[in-house]
Amino acid sequence: MDFGLTADQQLLADSAREFLAAESSPTTVRRISEDEHAFSPELFRKIVEQGWTGLLVPEQYGGLGLEMLDAAVLLTELGRSLTPAPILSSAVLATSLLCSAGSAAQRKQWLPKLASGEVIATVAWLEEGDRLDPGGILLKPRRARGGLRLSGSKLFVMDAEIAHLFVVAVRTGTGAGEAGVSLLLVPRDTPGITVTALPSIDVTRRVYEVKFDDVTVPPTALLGGEGKGWKHLARLLDVACVAIAAESQGGAERALHMAVEYAKVREQFGRVIGSFQAVKHIAAECFSEIEPSRSLVWYAAWAQHGSPRDASRAASMAKARLSDVYSRTTDRSVQIHGGIGFTWEHDIHFWFKRARCNEAAFGDPAFHRERVAQLSGW
Amino acid sequence: MGEGGDTSGMDLTHSEEDEAFRRALKAWLRKHMPKRSTYVDGGDDFSYDDPRRVAAARAWQRTLYKAGYVAIGWPKEFGGQGASIVRQTILNEELILNRAPSLIGAMGLQMVGPTLIRHGTPEQQKEHLPKILTADEIWCQGYSEPGSGSDLASLKTRAVIDGDVFVVNGQKVWTSAAHLADWMFCLVRTDVDAPKHKGISYVLIDMKTPGIEVRPLKQMTGESGFNEVFFNDVRVPRTNLVGKLNEGWQVANSTLHFERNMLASTTRTQQLMNDLVALAQRRTRNGAKATRDPVIRQRMADVLIRTEAMKYHALKQLSDEIHGRPPGIGASINKLVTTELNHDICAVALEVLGNYGQLRRNAPHVEDKGAWPKDHMFTLGLIIGGGTSQIQKNIISERGLGLPKGA
Ligand SMILES: Cc1cc2nc3c(=O)[nH]c(=O)nc-3n(C[C@H](O)[C@H](O)[C@H](O)COP(=O)(O)OP(=O)(O)OC[C@H]3O[C@@H](n4cnc5c(N)ncnc54)[C@H](O)[C@@H]3O)c2cc1C
Ligand SMILES: Cc1cc2nc3c(=O)[nH]c(=O)nc-3n(C[C@H](O)[C@H](O)[C@H](O)COP(=O)(O)OP(=O)(O)OC[C@H]3O[C@@H](n4cnc5c(N)ncnc54)[C@H](O)[C@@H]3O)c2cc1C
Repeated sequence: MDFGLTADQQLLADSAREFLAAESSPTTVRRISEDEHAFSPELFRKIVEQGWTGLLVPEQYGGLGLEMLDAAVLLTELGRSLTPAPILSSAVLATSLLCSAGSAAQRKQWLPKLASGEVIATVAWLEEGDRLDPGGILLKPRRARGGLRLSGSKLFVMDAEIAHLFVVAVRTGTGAGEAGVSLLLVPRDTPGITVTALPSIDVTRRVYEVKFDDVTVPPTALLGGEGKGWKHLARLLDVACVAIAAESQGGAERALHMAVEYAKVREQFGRVIGSFQAVKHIAAECFSEIEPSRSLVWYAAWAQHGSPRDASRAASMAKARLSDVYSRTTDRSVQIHGGIGFTWEHDIHFWFKRARCNEAAFGDPAFHRERVAQLSGW
Repeated sequence: MGEGGDTSGMDLTHSEEDEAFRRALKAWLRKHMPKRSTYVDGGDDFSYDDPRRVAAARAWQRTLYKAGYVAIGWPKEFGGQGASIVRQTILNEELILNRAPSLIGAMGLQMVGPTLIRHGTPEQQKEHLPKILTADEIWCQGYSEPGSGSDLASLKTRAVIDGDVFVVNGQKVWTSAAHLADWMFCLVRTDVDAPKHKGISYVLIDMKTPGIEVRPLKQMTGESGFNEVFFNDVRVPRTNLVGKLNEGWQVANSTLHFERNMLASTTRTQQLMNDLVALAQRRTRNGAKATRDPVIRQRMADVLIRTEAMKYHALKQLSDEIHGRPPGIGASINKLVTTELNHDICAVALEVLGNYGQLRRNAPHVEDKGAWPKDHMFTLGLIIGGGTSQIQKNIISERGLGLPKGA
């Protein structure tokens, strides 16, 4: 019996933290976030060298063939450093979909390139309704000569501007249920696609609208079979919940650390503010939420393979909890910084903003608490 | 995860031997568990107002001990089995999940027993440990005083050496179970001139000694759980000193850790959560099943998620202990989080119950024998007892986060 990491997982955490401290310092993050697409090809190349783009790609396709707990360990570090790079969007979410839904040919075509970083992919799921249930997928391709023709738009698509490949959720059947949902692999350079930035508070992770104007894709673009997409999206939701919870864990740890270190040096009334109980208790409350939540994240990540029957419930629990904890921690961490925390110059606001975006992404806490209630049979 | 530790990675299964232990224990409990609503039945640890219940509770602990299910973690030479931490955890889990009556000798087993094993003289160990195991001695904790609660080290109960004895004068308060106890482990001041932490001694006091007066206090739950204890020239043999003279603070601190973990059982929290779910599934709110109410669902899911987080966190702490990884500030976080969570779970139950949430044990139409409003109060007591939430936050911020002590 062991509730903990393997030596390899611990090594991954340690080496990632060391690498990111050097290559993705707050100064670097700030500089990259000033880029039009918050992307640094140079940093991405170094990340590819670390093997992280191939983390979830099976070994036969040139990846490391690791599992969700390994990804969670890495994402915790990426969340801690707030590194702008398409790991969540491409290496975790799009890659998971290709692994779970791809035909042999599709896997062979795309996975080696995803692992090598040659291709960046992202998932285009949400539409105007901002809904995570099957009824939210309304984009309906028409049958046309040569395959399917797509007109409409997708919202909140992460890293779309730097992506080479979109996995698009569409409705190929009738009704609003699960049965008619399909997934399409659409290369970015297919004629008729426009990508428009949706300027957001989080400048370290960009989201976009992707518009399709009579975009034609061949029948081979179908991923996971016609009308069989929902099962894969439902699974993707669990992966996303664990991933974002893990990222939030790291971010919350970092934000609190910054606040505590600041409180140890900032003096008012002739003493460091960290000696005031009002400040100490805020910090202690955050710490008391953050420490147990790490175990929840590890469990949820492990459960994706280790306890499949509990995987969805655990994922929702982690997502709901970490959304709350990350938002509250960053809120209070800004507060402990006083006026300086309210400035653009200080770094703490970057974590505050990521927390807010993570809270909403892939279901807010109320959505996931309700899902936990349903999965608990209430 | 630190050096040296065995890092086999996630594996939430126990060994076949440990699972066999669990099965045997479950089978034993099915056979020997006292029927509900007998004298040993009771929701909390200390409200033994009925002497028949006290007798039944002592007998229950003895039965459990004879079967090999008490203090199994103690070393063999002291009557334990030297059982692994995993076995101890399995034992605690099963006792709670099967709703076995709590042990009347818990403070002896979890607080003074381990202290005597670590700091006691061979004579003290020989005299008390066997009786602690069988509940022939019930113990109470004489720490708090009217002027010394959170600031325990300011305590004033005096012990003056007179030949072979300490002469004790002063007063303790909030002493749980003192009205039933045979013995008290007690902090007394033996040096008034030394700095406050350095003049305290840890002594064992026979509650039948002349000069001791116990006055029960009625708790807000209506029960007499704790007491005032007055000492008037109480003569305590010097051989009852545990550890060195004036070093009682260190001795006491080594048991505070046990107390915090005792108050912070995550299995107890899980059980409370299970009870809440069962309650909500059979009650109605606004004409429908309570579990259909979207607000109740949200509140229940919130406390469930926090409960599960503590469950996995306890597993992680258990693993860290097994694999020799450093524990950190765990005991204080556990105490703070679980006691407040228990209280919150009860609050959700009261919301489910609506007006029924006010009804006491014997009221017509009462639900769960009035356990919810009582536990809602009882859990507030545990937020205060054993170091209040504020004191835990002081400890967590200073020792866990390295923030300076206040002025
Ligand atoms: C939007 C905005 C507009 C502002 N506009 C103006 C303006 O127009 N003119 C102007 O003069 N100022 C202005 N200020 C400054 C503002 O008044 C200060 O930021 C505020 O008084 C806090 O001081 P500080 O930033 O130095 O933080 P600090 O005093 O360093 O406080 C840091 C943290 O320590 C806590 N803390 C400090 N002392 C104690 C204590 N004794 N007990 C417990 N906790 C303590 C604080 O609550 C805070 O959480 C503005 C600030 C903001 C954010
Ligand atoms: C149900 C129950 C059972 C108990 N059983 C026992 C027992 O068996 N034996 C025993 O010895 N004692 C027992 N106690 C006593 C318990 O340990 C004390 O009540 C507790 O330590 C708090 O002390 P106090 O009541 O004097 O409150 P105080 O210390 O006066 O505290 C009052 C309030 O002030 C706050 N406060 C105090 N100091 C600080 C500080 N430094 N920073 C911030 N806030 C502070 C506290 O958090 C609290 O909210 C029991 C208490 C309860 C409720």
